[in-house]
Amino acid sequence: MTRRRGGRPLVPAYLSTGGVARPSVTHLERLSVLTGSGEPVPADLPAAHAALLEELEYGSLTVVEAAALLRLPVSAVLVLAADLVDRGLALARAPIPPARRFDPDLLKRVADGLRDLKHR
Amino acid sequence: MASATSSTVDPRTGGADVHLPDSARDLVKILVTGPFGVGKTTLIRSVSEIRPLHTEEQLTEASAQVDDLAGVRDKSTTTVAIDFGRISLPGGIVLYLFGTPGQERFRPLWDDVAYGALGALVLVDTRRIDASFDVLGLVEESGLPYAVAFNTFPDSPRHHTAGQLRAALDLEPTTPMVTCDARETDSSLDALLALVQHLIDHHPPENR
Repeated sequence: MTRRRGGRPLVPAYLSTGGVARPSVTHLERLSVLTGSGEPVPADLPAAHAALLEELEYGSLTVVEAAALLRLPVSAVLVLAADLVDRGLALARAPIPPARRFDPDLLKRVADGLRDLKHR
Repeated sequence: MASATSSTVDPRTGGADVHLPDSARDLVKILVTGPFGVGKTTLIRSVSEIRPLHTEEQLTEASAQVDDLAGVRDKSTTTVAIDFGRISLPGGIVLYLFGTPGQERFRPLWDDVAYGALGALVLVDTRRIDASFDVLGLVEESGLPYAVAFNTFPDSPRHHTAGQLRAALDLEPTTPMVTCDARETDSSLDALLALVQHLIDHHPPENR
């Protein structure tokens, strides 16, 4: 990735995706969790894809965290991530399992957790 | 996947590792919104476990036209930074806080960031209450439940009663109003708690 240290990337965002404007069939959102699959990285992987994959080497990141680290718009990372998932190089999961999203207990646990953080 | 190593110093994050803890399971978000300069990033920084990061968001065509009316000429480079932080809570919950500007012209971006959010904490500066009308309009139209936190500044007026503030902002009787100092961790946590308690009391998640 042609990133200047501390500066903006030299590759414009619209080129980083290879001209692809829309994510593929993989449904991703800002807080989708991305994880590297550990599959061997093809030699011809475009630089921006490789840069995203590199960020996942040490663990999982959300789309928005990857965008912040790579200094790319979220829309560009959505495209790159979907492409990596389609190629089997990364895994993506929803921010919260569908069944838990409406778990009435969730908000209570959030409140309890925030209360526990006070006076530390 | 190898777990994060603390030896990797990343200058972009002040040396901290931003990778998610392995325990992370349920990722939820709350919007921290309000006019420019009201203290959104300050509040996020006071509670976030990572130094707040930001993404540069491009404004869409629709909002660019509003910019044009406002006399902004270079529309192609119109971007706005969205700051965010996060808090890992017990039980694998990770709470994300997104500092979302509340101007009407950011509406498409607002809707995008608000997608799936639990609710919004609206920061208000009592020295310029009218600066919050736009954001309150946006929040109400989005249908997101919210609480209002008055961020105190040294020269904030102290003569307003709660009733006057509620009337000035045209808030529902049930909308929580709290006073906070966004620089103080406990105070910011209290403001977030006021919102979450409101969600528990008035907006059961099974109805959303």
